[in-house]
Amino acid sequence: MLDPLISHPKVGSAGKTGEWRVFKPIVDHELCVLCLECSEYCPENVIEVRDDKIWIDYDYCKGCLICKNVCKMKAIKAEREFY
Amino acid sequence: MQERLQDESYKSGKRVLLNGNQAVAEAVKIAEPDVIAAYPITPQTPVVEKLAEFVAEGVLNSEFVNVESEYSALSVVYGAALTGARVFTATSSHGLAYMYEMCWWVAGSRVPLVMALPTRSIGAPWNIHSDHSDVMILKDVGWIISMAENAQECFDLTLIGFPISEELNIPYSVSYDAFMVSHTAEVVEVRDVELPKRKQAYKILPNSEFALNAVTVNDARHKARKTLMKDLENSRRKIEKIGRCFLGEDFSLAEKYRVEDADYVIVTYGGWSGDFKDVVDEMRDEGVKIGLLKLRFLRPLPEEELKEISGDVLVVDRSALYKFGGMGGEIKRIIPEAKNVIAALGGYEIGYSEIKALVRRFVSGKIGEVEWYP
Repeated sequence: MLDPLISHPKVGSAGKTGEWRVFKPIVDHELCVLCLECSEYCPENVIEVRDDKIWIDYDYCKGCLICKNVCKMKAIKAEREFY
Repeated sequence: MQERLQDESYKSGKRVLLNGNQAVAEAVKIAEPDVIAAYPITPQTPVVEKLAEFVAEGVLNSEFVNVESEYSALSVVYGAALTGARVFTATSSHGLAYMYEMCWWVAGSRVPLVMALPTRSIGAPWNIHSDHSDVMILKDVGWIISMAENAQECFDLTLIGFPISEELNIPYSVSYDAFMVSHTAEVVEVRDVELPKRKQAYKILPNSEFALNAVTVNDARHKARKTLMKDLENSRRKIEKIGRCFLGEDFSLAEKYRVEDADYVIVTYGGWSGDFKDVVDEMRDEGVKIGLLKLRFLRPLPEEELKEISGDVLVVDRSALYKFGGMGGEIKRIIPEAKNVIAALGGYEIGYSEIKALVRRFVSGKIGEVEWYP
């Protein structure tokens, strides 16, 4: 009865949604102080710390740029990827 | 009619004077919902006023949420029900139309809940008087639809609605004619019973690691709808079992009134079934072999009782769909020769004498396939 209603989370169940991206967030590690505000606000949960640096999973980052907006150090800039 | 009232013997509970709305509220009080949400203004009926009083007096321990629309009312109880709360709401007429999208969501999500629906017309022209126009838009959404004839049935069908809905994981509506049943006081036995604790197929809690109703592709929606409609079609036995447990062994989806050996059978549902029964009694006294089948449930449709009918059949509807009345078209699927009358829309009340004239025309074979009355 419930099979069609219930879904369980898994990575990439809708494919590589990073392909939807128009703007790519790029972190300037010189400016970044690892406050993790970007990670807190990321709606896709694709920002984490690896080797003491912010790491973005570009396979699934849709490029909404909320991270750029919330970054107090202005350490994230956007690069146009397509078109 | 007097005889019939005296025939009813009561075993437990207390007998009090209640109108349909108050009878529903008394049954809801026994069910003790965790959450009640309702839009409090027209076309709402006093059923939620009564419940608000119970909560204010402290005799009912429910969270009562006044919302800004019927859409929100059903949304609030939907969310609460998903966490395992027992819930109740009520609406009518244009309010049902306004919450219509959520009616599909709760049915599709297999959420148990009970909603009172005093049946009223839908405009235009502006009208919230009694007929069955509103319940007909809910009929094919995937809900269990019960129709009460009087205040006692309002109480009974509300009471069993909670365990039935929770057993089948299908939302349940108790419908009753606005004003003629909802606002008319009658003697009601408030049964002294306890309902089982709420159960449901699944709950969503803070530690639940799944998503409900994510965007689906391929066959998920098809499968979900198919399962719901099949479960509803096959819900009859469980409804009867629960109904008999609380209301007695003679409970069934349809009431057969003097149909044995009948040459003529009238199929009705809702408040005026009582008037039709009186006409049946009078015509039986005159020697006409006539009976009545009252549909206590529209969904699931009591097909077994309809198939058992012999003789000429007249379905009397208080709503108009394309060409036929609300149930006339689909009952013709089961009884192809059935005649259908569409009568008394939007609070145009027909009384005993008009009903008798209508039945006489039917018995004398003067009613065509579908007729409007008047």
